[in-house]
Amino acid sequence: MIDHRNPPGIFARLYGRTGWFLFVAALAVFCVLVPILNLALPANSFLHLPDYWVALIGKIMCYAILALAMDMVWGYTGILSLGHGIFFALGGYALGMYLMREIGHDGVYHSDLPDFMVFLDWKAYPWYWKGTGNFLYAMVLVLLAPAALALFFGFFAFRSRIKGVYFSIITQALTVALMLLFFRNETGFGGNNGFTDFKRILGYPIATPGTRMVLFVTTALTMLGMLLVLRYVVTSKFGRILMAIRDAESRLMFTGYNPLLYKLAIWTFSAMIAGLAGALYVPQVGIINPGEMASGNSIEIAIWTAVGGRGTLVGALIGAFIVNGAKSWFTQAFPDYWLYFLGALFVLTTLFLPKGVMGLIDKARARS
Amino acid sequence: MSADSKSPAVDVGGSSTFGHAAPPPGELDTSHGVVLYLEEVTVSFDGFKALNSLSFSVDVGELRCIIGPNGAGKTTMMDVITGKTRPQLGKVFFGQTMDLTKMREAEIAQAGIGRKFQKPTVFEHHSVFENLELAIKADRGVWHSLFGKLNGEQLDRIDEILETVQLQEFADRRAGLLSHGQKQWLEIGMLLSQDPKLLLLDEPVAGMTDHETIRTAELLKTLEGKHSIVVVEHDMGFVDSIARKVTVLHEGSVLSEGTMDKVQNDEKVIEVYLGR
Repeated sequence: MIDHRNPPGIFARLYGRTGWFLFVAALAVFCVLVPILNLALPANSFLHLPDYWVALIGKIMCYAILALAMDMVWGYTGILSLGHGIFFALGGYALGMYLMREIGHDGVYHSDLPDFMVFLDWKAYPWYWKGTGNFLYAMVLVLLAPAALALFFGFFAFRSRIKGVYFSIITQALTVALMLLFFRNETGFGGNNGFTDFKRILGYPIATPGTRMVLFVTTALTMLGMLLVLRYVVTSKFGRILMAIRDAESRLMFTGYNPLLYKLAIWTFSAMIAGLAGALYVPQVGIINPGEMASGNSIEIAIWTAVGGRGTLVGALIGAFIVNGAKSWFTQAFPDYWLYFLGALFVLTTLFLPKGVMGLIDKARARS
Repeated sequence: MSADSKSPAVDVGGSSTFGHAAPPPGELDTSHGVVLYLEEVTVSFDGFKALNSLSFSVDVGELRCIIGPNGAGKTTMMDVITGKTRPQLGKVFFGQTMDLTKMREAEIAQAGIGRKFQKPTVFEHHSVFENLELAIKADRGVWHSLFGKLNGEQLDRIDEILETVQLQEFADRRAGLLSHGQKQWLEIGMLLSQDPKLLLLDEPVAGMTDHETIRTAELLKTLEGKHSIVVVEHDMGFVDSIARKVTVLHEGSVLSEGTMDKVQNDEKVIEVYLGR
């Protein structure tokens, strides 16, 4: 029997002993071991971790944060978004604006304006670029731009009680529409080239091993921090309400809850997390363009989450690492077959592993 | 079609009721002894009148049974009362002051109307305790759900309800693993947790064994007087065992109303049930 009168403390509530052990181990690997293996060991050492790996893992961690955002809306609340790439890209673009201004006069045209604006013969920054030279303001935009779009779109969609596959299709349409908008040069976000050739971040050169490692560790801390925050959310009554929306929304409504508020809250929060992931992604990969809003990208996010196991959080992380790890290997070894493999992976997961890798682990644990 | 003959003509529409000692519109005002009042309610779907000028009322503390053949409008009536369906015509009042046709589902539930669905609907992935935790009367806001905790009083209430619906030993079992009858009781328990003024039960004994049906009847009898209850049911034996007053619906309006004896001997009722 669970003693409901003396609920466990916050630490025990988040994870059990094994969970915390794994958490601390992950923290040590990403924030201590990787920096040492990459920076402190000589390049010819057997244990040296090449820059390529740091960049790859850093990128995948951003995807993992994005997968966490997806798991909150899909895995826990049952709302399948096929447009989370929008929020990721908006966060990336918001920080990208700051990075473009940090280039200063070092662009090809040595102008006050970014090269693409010179190319368009613009004389001044458009109004929505105002203040983006300030890092803190750009970070606020990273969170607010996705949140504003999510709140606006979510309010109308949820109020009209659009659900299931209809909702998914609309989010998919939304991401394609936004991609087309960002493809236009006149939109003021660099057209199909997007933003690239960044030079500095907070005054530090962006491509040095030191800066890269700071970005890597920041991403790792964000990922693991987000895991704890979201774990708190899903173990709270709020989290149980989200699952109740997923399992029996009308029961919840007739119990006196307004699902609209809860859906809007988690949907908007999830968009902000996705934006944050995008902002961590852009300085590490050095480019953001409308391709991030392609329909396939958003669908892939759902696949990561499904492969890892929905509604578990940790599964989202595992799924992002497995699928993207496989992708980086596959696209080199068999570049033409990656999409077939991805499709097959999704079909096989749906057929044989409805609970993803986490379902497998649970089964193995139940047997032992 | 007249309203319940026992209840006096009630002033439901006018703003005059807000004037003196009446409670604010947010609170249930049953000063005239009526908890639910429907007047000439009409709902049509593409021309088909699911409810046709339906009028009836329920008194405070009453246990009312509603029977009627398939398609008589029983479920539509529940949908109208709980805000799921909006009537084209007519008035639906909860107490003296609350106009249910202008409130949303969640508001109606918060105001004190609990509904049990025809098919038992509980949160299958949550434990029995968690089901009751979600239902227990508390702040329904997002913020409270993130940081709030159950207080001692609410825990006591949950224990009490677990005992009432005889699910104490299953408190930590996943609701999806309960038997059909236990799910029905859990759902009734969830309704009780909301501390509703009015309980709407749509076929509470459907699919139950005889033994479970008897226990459910006992349960409802213990609730009579504390809550106003409206039961929609097909099982005549069950209705006979609990009902003081029965309303028969037919083609969207009241066909007959009164004690079980009176209703059973009503020519019109016999005709509808046994065929012309």
